[in-house]
Amino acid sequence: MDAQLKRGILDICVLAAIRDKDSYGYQIIKDVKPCVELSESTLYTILKRLEAGGALTVYSAEHGGRLRKYYHITPLGLKRIEEFKEEWKGIMTIYRFIIGEGEEP
Amino acid sequence: MTKQEFLASLREGLRGLPPADIEERIAFYDEMIDDRMEEGLTEEEALAELGSVESVIVQITADTPLVKLVKEKVRSERKRSGKGLTTVLLVLGSPIWVSLLIAAFAVALSLAAAAWSVVISLYAAALSLSVGGVAFVAFSVIYILRGNIPGAAFAVGAGLAAVGLGLLLFPACNALAKGLVKGMKKLVLGFKSLLMRKKGAE
Repeated sequence: MDAQLKRGILDICVLAAIRDKDSYGYQIIKDVKPCVELSESTLYTILKRLEAGGALTVYSAEHGGRLRKYYHITPLGLKRIEEFKEEWKGIMTIYRFIIGEGEEP
Repeated sequence: MTKQEFLASLREGLRGLPPADIEERIAFYDEMIDDRMEEGLTEEEALAELGSVESVIVQITADTPLVKLVKEKVRSERKRSGKGLTTVLLVLGSPIWVSLLIAAFAVALSLAAAAWSVVISLYAAALSLSVGGVAFVAFSVIYILRGNIPGAAFAVGAGLAAVGLGLLLFPACNALAKGLVKGMKKLVLGFKSLLMRKKGAE
Protein backbone atom coordinates (compact mmCIF):
# COMPACT_ATOMS: atom_id res chain seq x y z
CA MET A 1 0.00 0.00 0.00
CA ASP A 2 1.11 3.54 -0.64
CA ALA A 3 3.01 4.76 2.44
CA GLN A 4 1.22 8.10 2.66
CA LEU A 5 -2.20 6.47 2.36
CA LYS A 6 -1.33 3.84 4.95
CA ARG A 7 -0.16 6.49 7.40
CA GLY A 8 -3.45 8.34 7.14
CA ILE A 9 -5.45 5.16 7.64
CA LEU A 10 -3.41 4.04 10.66
CA ASP A 11 -4.01 7.41 12.33
CA ILE A 12 -7.75 6.95 11.99
CA CYS A 13 -7.55 3.32 13.21
CA VAL A 14 -5.85 4.48 16.40
CA LEU A 15 -8.41 7.27 16.86
CA ALA A 16 -11.22 4.74 16.38
CA ALA A 17 -9.65 2.53 19.07
CA ILE A 18 -10.01 5.33 21.64
CA ARG A 19 -13.28 6.75 20.33
CA ASP A 20 -15.67 5.08 22.78
CA LYS A 21 -13.40 4.77 25.78
CA ASP A 22 -9.98 6.08 26.83
CA SER A 23 -7.38 3.44 26.17
CA TYR A 24 -3.70 2.64 26.70
CA GLY A 25 -0.89 1.49 24.44
CA TYR A 26 -1.12 -2.27 24.65
CA GLN A 27 -4.93 -2.24 24.54
CA ILE A 28 -4.83 -0.16 21.34
CA ILE A 29 -2.42 -2.60 19.72
CA LYS A 30 -4.69 -5.50 20.64
CA ASP A 31 -7.84 -3.70 19.45
CA VAL A 32 -6.51 -2.84 15.99
CA LYS A 33 -4.78 -6.20 15.55
CA PRO A 34 -7.65 -7.83 13.59
CA CYS A 35 -7.24 -5.23 10.85
CA VAL A 36 -3.63 -4.01 11.13
CA GLU A 37 -0.48 -5.25 12.81
CA LEU A 38 0.99 -2.24 14.63
CA SER A 39 4.49 -2.36 16.06
CA GLU A 40 5.23 -0.49 19.28
CA SER A 41 7.42 2.08 17.58
CA THR A 42 4.82 2.71 14.88
CA LEU A 43 2.14 3.22 17.51
CA TYR A 44 4.39 5.56 19.45
CA THR A 45 4.95 7.71 16.37
CA ILE A 46 1.23 7.77 15.55
CA LEU A 47 0.25 8.73 19.11
CA LYS A 48 2.86 11.50 19.14
CA ARG A 49 1.61 12.84 15.81
CA LEU A 50 -2.03 12.75 16.90
CA GLU A 51 -1.19 14.46 20.18
CA ALA A 52 0.78 17.17 18.39
CA GLY A 53 -2.13 17.67 16.01
CA GLY A 54 -4.59 18.06 18.91
CA ALA A 55 -6.57 14.91 18.03
CA LEU A 56 -5.97 13.32 21.42
CA THR A 57 -4.75 14.15 24.91
CA VAL A 58 -2.58 12.05 27.21
CA TYR A 59 -2.85 11.57 30.96
CA SER A 60 -1.28 9.18 33.43
CA ALA A 61 -3.36 7.15 35.84
CA GLU A 62 -2.41 4.67 38.52
CA HIS A 63 -2.88 1.05 37.63
CA GLY A 64 -1.76 -1.88 39.77
CA GLY A 65 0.85 0.13 41.62
CA ARG A 66 2.36 1.75 38.53
CA LEU A 67 1.53 4.61 36.23
CA ARG A 68 -0.05 3.93 32.90
CA LYS A 69 -0.57 6.42 30.10
CA TYR A 70 -4.11 6.79 28.82
CA TYR A 71 -5.17 8.42 25.59
CA HIS A 72 -8.35 10.46 25.30
CA ILE A 73 -9.88 11.57 22.02
CA THR A 74 -10.63 15.29 21.54
CA PRO A 75 -13.50 16.83 19.51
CA LEU A 76 -10.91 17.44 16.79
CA GLY A 77 -10.08 13.73 16.79
CA LEU A 78 -13.77 12.83 16.44
CA LYS A 79 -14.02 15.31 13.59
CA ARG A 80 -11.10 13.62 11.85
CA ILE A 81 -12.88 10.27 12.00
CA GLU A 82 -16.02 11.85 10.50
CA GLU A 83 -13.98 13.49 7.73
CA PHE A 84 -12.35 10.17 6.97
CA LYS A 85 -15.74 8.48 6.71
CA GLU A 86 -17.03 11.15 4.33
CA GLU A 87 -13.92 10.94 2.17
CA TRP A 88 -14.14 7.18 1.95
CA LYS A 89 -17.78 7.19 0.97
CA GLY A 90 -16.67 8.69 -2.34
CA ILE A 91 -13.76 6.27 -2.66
CA MET A 92 -16.02 3.28 -1.97
CA THR A 93 -18.39 4.39 -4.75
CA ILE A 94 -15.43 4.41 -7.12
CA TYR A 95 -14.34 1.03 -5.77
CA ARG A 96 -17.74 -0.50 -6.42
CA PHE A 97 -17.66 0.90 -9.94
CA ILE A 98 -14.21 -0.60 -10.55
CA ILE A 99 -15.13 -4.08 -9.36
CA GLY A 100 -18.32 -3.86 -11.41
CA GLU A 101 -20.96 -3.48 -8.75
CA GLY A 102 -21.75 0.15 -9.40
CA GLU A 103 -25.32 1.16 -8.66
CA GLU A 104 -27.24 3.14 -11.25
CA PRO A 105 -27.76 6.67 -10.00
CA MET B 1 17.14 -11.36 28.78
CA THR B 2 15.22 -9.54 31.49
CA LYS B 3 13.10 -6.44 31.15
CA GLN B 4 15.76 -4.35 32.86
CA GLU B 5 18.43 -5.60 30.47
CA PHE B 6 16.19 -4.89 27.49
CA LEU B 7 15.48 -1.34 28.66
CA ALA B 8 19.15 -0.74 29.49
CA SER B 9 20.26 -1.80 25.98
CA LEU B 10 17.50 0.32 24.48
CA ARG B 11 18.65 3.34 26.47
CA GLU B 12 22.21 2.72 25.32
CA GLY B 13 21.13 2.49 21.68
CA LEU B 14 19.08 5.69 21.78
CA ARG B 15 21.84 7.93 23.13
CA GLY B 16 21.57 10.23 20.14
CA LEU B 17 18.03 11.31 21.10
CA PRO B 18 17.26 14.24 23.40
CA PRO B 19 17.20 12.98 27.03
CA ALA B 20 13.48 13.71 27.44
CA ASP B 21 12.70 11.62 24.35
CA ILE B 22 14.79 8.73 25.65
CA GLU B 23 12.91 8.73 28.96
CA GLU B 24 9.57 8.80 27.18
CA ARG B 25 10.51 5.92 24.88
CA ILE B 26 11.79 3.86 27.81
CA ALA B 27 8.61 4.51 29.81
CA PHE B 28 6.54 3.50 26.78
CA TYR B 29 8.31 0.17 26.35
CA ASP B 30 8.36 -0.38 30.12
CA GLU B 31 4.57 -0.05 30.16
CA MET B 32 4.20 -2.29 27.10
CA ILE B 33 6.17 -5.07 28.79
CA ASP B 34 4.32 -4.69 32.12
CA ASP B 35 0.94 -4.81 30.38
CA ARG B 36 1.88 -8.00 28.56
CA MET B 37 3.10 -9.64 31.75
CA GLU B 38 -0.12 -8.62 33.47
CA GLU B 39 -2.01 -10.61 30.84
CA GLY B 40 -0.12 -13.74 31.83
CA LEU B 41 2.87 -13.65 29.52
CA THR B 42 6.25 -14.43 31.02
CA GLU B 43 8.98 -11.81 30.88
CA GLU B 44 10.69 -13.73 28.06
CA GLU B 45 7.49 -14.01 26.01
CA ALA B 46 6.66 -10.34 26.46
CA LEU B 47 10.13 -9.33 25.27
CA ALA B 48 9.96 -11.75 22.35
CA GLU B 49 6.79 -9.99 21.12
CA LEU B 50 8.58 -6.65 21.02
CA GLY B 51 11.37 -8.01 18.81
CA SER B 52 15.10 -7.63 19.30
CA VAL B 53 16.48 -4.47 20.85
CA GLU B 54 18.47 -3.86 17.66
CA SER B 55 15.38 -3.97 15.45
CA VAL B 56 13.53 -1.64 17.83
CA ILE B 57 16.45 0.81 17.70
CA VAL B 58 16.55 0.71 13.90
CA GLN B 59 12.81 1.39 13.72
CA ILE B 60 13.04 4.30 16.13
CA THR B 61 16.01 5.67 14.18
CA ALA B 62 14.03 5.47 10.95
CA ASP B 63 11.07 7.25 12.59
CA THR B 64 13.18 10.08 14.00
CA PRO B 65 13.74 13.09 11.73
CA LEU B 66 17.37 13.69 10.79
CA VAL B 67 17.11 17.32 11.91
CA LYS B 68 16.25 16.24 15.45
CA LEU B 69 19.34 14.00 15.65
CA VAL B 70 21.63 16.71 14.31
CA LYS B 71 20.17 19.27 16.73
CA GLU B 72 20.70 16.95 19.66
CA LYS B 73 24.26 16.31 18.51
CA VAL B 74 24.96 20.02 18.39
CA ARG B 75 23.29 20.55 21.77
CA SER B 76 25.28 17.81 23.50
CA GLU B 77 28.51 19.04 21.93
CA ARG B 78 27.75 22.56 23.09
CA LYS B 79 27.14 21.31 26.59
CA ARG B 80 30.41 19.45 26.46
CA SER B 81 32.45 22.39 25.28
CA GLY B 82 31.03 24.59 28.02
CA LYS B 83 28.18 27.04 28.22
CA GLY B 84 28.33 30.67 27.14
CA LEU B 85 30.12 29.94 23.90
CA THR B 86 28.60 31.52 20.86
CA THR B 87 27.66 29.39 17.91
CA VAL B 88 30.49 30.88 15.89
CA LEU B 89 33.01 29.89 18.52
CA LEU B 90 31.43 26.49 18.72
CA VAL B 91 31.87 25.97 15.01
CA LEU B 92 35.41 27.37 14.95
CA GLY B 93 36.60 25.50 17.98
CA SER B 94 34.54 22.41 17.54
CA PRO B 95 36.17 19.04 17.32
CA ILE B 96 36.64 17.49 13.95
CA TRP B 97 33.10 16.07 13.74
CA VAL B 98 31.52 19.28 12.45
CA SER B 99 33.78 19.45 9.43
CA LEU B 100 33.42 15.72 8.90
CA LEU B 101 29.66 16.01 9.14
CA ILE B 102 29.56 18.86 6.63
CA ALA B 103 31.93 17.03 4.30
CA ALA B 104 29.92 13.82 4.51
CA PHE B 105 26.73 15.73 3.83
CA ALA B 106 28.28 17.52 0.84
CA VAL B 107 29.62 14.27 -0.58
CA ALA B 108 26.24 12.57 -0.15
CA LEU B 109 24.50 15.53 -1.75
CA SER B 110 26.78 15.63 -4.78
CA LEU B 111 26.58 11.85 -5.21
CA ALA B 112 22.82 12.06 -5.13
CA ALA B 113 22.83 14.93 -7.63
CA ALA B 114 25.17 13.00 -9.95
CA ALA B 115 23.07 9.85 -9.75
CA TRP B 116 19.88 11.76 -10.43
CA SER B 117 21.37 13.54 -13.41
CA VAL B 118 22.26 10.16 -14.92
CA VAL B 119 18.66 9.03 -14.49
CA ILE B 120 17.30 12.28 -15.93
CA SER B 121 19.58 12.13 -18.97
CA LEU B 122 18.56 8.51 -19.57
CA TYR B 123 14.92 9.58 -19.50
CA ALA B 124 15.77 12.33 -21.97
CA ALA B 125 17.53 9.81 -24.21
CA ALA B 126 14.51 7.50 -24.11
CA LEU B 127 12.19 10.37 -24.95
CA SER B 128 14.30 11.70 -27.82
CA LEU B 129 14.74 8.20 -29.28
CA SER B 130 10.99 7.71 -29.27
CA VAL B 131 10.16 11.16 -30.69
CA GLY B 132 13.02 11.05 -33.22
CA GLY B 133 11.97 7.56 -34.32
CA VAL B 134 8.42 8.70 -34.98
CA ALA B 135 9.73 11.68 -36.96
CA PHE B 136 11.96 9.38 -39.01
CA VAL B 137 9.02 7.15 -39.89
CA ALA B 138 7.10 10.27 -40.93
CA PHE B 139 9.99 11.39 -43.14
CA SER B 140 9.67 8.20 -45.17
CA VAL B 141 6.71 9.89 -46.89
CA ILE B 142 9.16 12.30 -48.55
CA TYR B 143 11.24 9.39 -49.85
CA ILE B 144 8.13 7.71 -51.24
CA LEU B 145 7.05 10.94 -52.96
CA ARG B 146 10.47 11.11 -54.62
CA GLY B 147 10.17 7.48 -55.70
CA ASN B 148 13.07 6.42 -53.49
CA ILE B 149 11.65 3.14 -52.13
CA PRO B 150 14.87 1.77 -50.53
CA GLY B 151 15.32 5.13 -48.82
CA ALA B 152 11.77 4.97 -47.50
CA ALA B 153 12.29 1.43 -46.24
CA PHE B 154 15.45 2.54 -44.46
CA ALA B 155 13.70 5.49 -42.82
CA VAL B 156 10.81 3.32 -41.61
CA GLY B 157 13.16 0.61 -40.34
CA ALA B 158 15.51 2.98 -38.56
CA GLY B 159 12.59 4.96 -37.15
CA LEU B 160 10.87 1.88 -35.74
CA ALA B 161 14.12 0.61 -34.25
CA ALA B 162 14.65 3.96 -32.50
CA VAL B 163 11.09 3.98 -31.14
CA GLY B 164 11.51 0.42 -29.91
CA LEU B 165 14.77 1.23 -28.19
CA GLY B 166 13.26 4.31 -26.62
CA LEU B 167 10.27 2.37 -25.28
CA LEU B 168 12.55 -0.32 -23.88
CA LEU B 169 14.61 2.33 -22.13
CA PHE B 170 11.64 3.76 -20.18
CA PRO B 171 11.04 0.78 -17.85
CA ALA B 172 14.80 0.57 -17.30
CA CYS B 173 14.81 4.24 -16.27
CA ASN B 174 11.90 3.64 -13.90
CA ALA B 175 13.67 0.71 -12.28
CA LEU B 176 16.82 2.78 -11.90
CA ALA B 177 14.95 5.70 -10.34
CA LYS B 178 13.19 3.37 -7.91
CA GLY B 179 16.48 1.73 -6.94
CA LEU B 180 17.99 5.14 -6.40
CA VAL B 181 15.19 6.22 -4.06
CA LYS B 182 15.63 3.01 -2.06
CA GLY B 183 19.39 3.46 -1.94
CA MET B 184 19.08 7.03 -0.73
CA LYS B 185 16.67 6.00 2.00
CA LYS B 186 19.19 3.43 3.18
CA LEU B 187 21.95 6.02 3.11
CA VAL B 188 19.92 8.43 5.25
CA LEU B 189 19.11 5.64 7.73
CA GLY B 190 22.79 4.72 7.95
CA PHE B 191 23.70 8.32 8.60
CA LYS B 192 21.01 8.62 11.26
CA SER B 193 22.17 5.42 12.96
CA LEU B 194 25.63 6.91 13.16
CA LEU B 195 24.27 9.99 14.92
CA MET B 196 22.04 7.87 17.15
CA ARG B 197 24.85 5.75 18.51
CA LYS B 198 27.92 7.93 18.66
CA LYS B 199 27.37 10.72 21.02
CA GLY B 200 30.25 12.90 22.15
CA ALA B 201 31.67 11.73 25.47
CA GLU B 202 29.97 13.69 28.21
